[in-house]
Amino acid sequence: MSSFEIIQEDKTLCNIKINNNFDKESIKAVYSKVKKIKNKKFPLVKIDCSDMKALDYAGALILADLSATFCQNKSSIVITDMDPKSQHLLFFARKNLRQKSQIKQIKEIFFLAPIIKAGKYVIDSIESFIFFLSFLGESTLQFFRILMTPWKFRYKATAVHIEKSGAQALPIVALTSFLVGLVIAYQGAEQLVKFGANIFIVDMVSISMFRELAPLIAAIVIAGRSASAYTAEIGTMKITEEIDAMRSMGFSPIVFLVLPRIFALLIAMPLIVFFADIVGVFGGMIVAKSSLGISYTEFIIRARDVVEIKHILIGLFKAPFFGLLIATIGCFRGFQVTGSTESIGRYTTISVVNAIFWVIACNALISVILTEVGI
Amino acid sequence: MSEAIIKVKNVTTRFGKKVVHDDISLSVKEGEVYGILGGSGSGKTTLMREIIMLQKFKSGQIEVLGQNIRKLSHNEIARLKKNWSVLFQFGALYSSLNVIENVSIPLIEYTNLPKDLIEGIALSKLKMSGLKKEATYLFPSELSGGMKKRASLARALALDPKILFLDEPTSGLDPVGAENFDRLIRELASLLKLTVVIVTHDLHTIEYVLDRFCIIFEKKILFEGTFEEAKKFEHYAIREFLKFKN
Repeated sequence: MSSFEIIQEDKTLCNIKINNNFDKESIKAVYSKVKKIKNKKFPLVKIDCSDMKALDYAGALILADLSATFCQNKSSIVITDMDPKSQHLLFFARKNLRQKSQIKQIKEIFFLAPIIKAGKYVIDSIESFIFFLSFLGESTLQFFRILMTPWKFRYKATAVHIEKSGAQALPIVALTSFLVGLVIAYQGAEQLVKFGANIFIVDMVSISMFRELAPLIAAIVIAGRSASAYTAEIGTMKITEEIDAMRSMGFSPIVFLVLPRIFALLIAMPLIVFFADIVGVFGGMIVAKSSLGISYTEFIIRARDVVEIKHILIGLFKAPFFGLLIATIGCFRGFQVTGSTESIGRYTTISVVNAIFWVIACNALISVILTEVGI
Repeated sequence: MSEAIIKVKNVTTRFGKKVVHDDISLSVKEGEVYGILGGSGSGKTTLMREIIMLQKFKSGQIEVLGQNIRKLSHNEIARLKKNWSVLFQFGALYSSLNVIENVSIPLIEYTNLPKDLIEGIALSKLKMSGLKKEATYLFPSELSGGMKKRASLARALALDPKILFLDEPTSGLDPVGAENFDRLIRELASLLKLTVVIVTHDLHTIEYVLDRFCIIFEKKILFEGTFEEAKKFEHYAIREFLKFKN
């Protein structure tokens, strides 16, 4: 005996009987029957509930929906033998019936969707760019203000960030840079042996590490570590209205949050790069000794002779630019967070991707400029 | 009506060395609207979180629907949890889903109802909670505080729970909105035969919505009973808390 049974169905009358439990568990089996009935027209509909044992809200809603539909089609509907409790529920469901068609929904026209998407993207990008300009402007303004009143600079916060984003990043920077030094020397060694030019491993490892690789590796690690942290920190502060609280007290969030982070990375990056230089070249030295038989002393003497100091300086010169980029992007994306917790995740992702991209782009630009100038 | 649906017996809670509840007991009867009252930081929300198994307690026993919540297997816990739902203080709507998806998700996960019926139920629950139909497809970040509470109430009602827990339902609403929300809770409780447990310190809620309540004061249950009984109870803290004159 199914819970929704059509006993009689003809041009004049539809006779429905509801048995046992008419609830969430039993509805699935009979729902197709309900829909079929709903789309037909009858002058009179009878629903017999004499054998109904239980009705829950889902069931009541179906009955309410049926009776509303039949009423609209100008048919009469009679529900018999329903217990008072269920009647109550049915009445309540009838009162709270809401049709989907009553709600205006923005209809998407499928062939326009890509155009709308592209348009939104362009507008978002422009808005984001304008916001970035105003962020940059405010930061610069506050920077010059701080220059006038240096005692207002947040030295303590800056020190904390140097520790968090700089000192604490040293182990992972060391590991990555050591491994890269190792791998380069290892791959290079195999080629150099063919020419019997073993000693050139020193030039190769030192110059490539000092000039390009150490700064880039350090910057990428810091971008992954600190850009994400800055965005998440500032984004959370925005959602919890801490930033608004600062503004309302007349504190500039730029002075409190952004400048300490930027200066922290400006100071920490060159130091991190210098550290990465040492560890990276050390990685090369180990391989030079083990696979090419060049002792540490030999390696160092050769390096002193052939590696010009300018290579180290160029690497160190790039570092503060990377730091500036990473901190600015991290903070800026943090300020873009609005409303939901989901947007923190979104902007954190964007911030890391942006930071890594701009570090690499900036590195390429500096390389081109320096080569053109002839250094 | 007289059967106790929630029994808290001699529960003690401690955070580190700080005692929050010291040997407290109370009982909630089936079908009543029960209030857990107390000043800020008195541990009323903690007590609610212990009943709904979001937090552990040091000693004592809590029974919900006749089952000791500490001695349940994984499956029994899952089954028991379907009997109640919670309206959190700030709504706790899932931010990646829009309003109707938020209300539908318990139905999608726990029933095998057809999709359009689930949609119908969700729409109906939203109407029941008094949310305007324009808000149906909005995301939580686009809603005001009151709308969030209503949408969240609709989500809590989605599976027709036996027990509804409300954590400060009227906080953050304007007086008119709060009174409407109170009326709605009272109405739904009687229409849907719900047992409702409300954590609150809203005087209007206390006077017009609650059947019975307890007051947590200095780690103990100071009072348990009806509003009328509370009026006769001579204790400065209660008189102060409920703003009785004289």
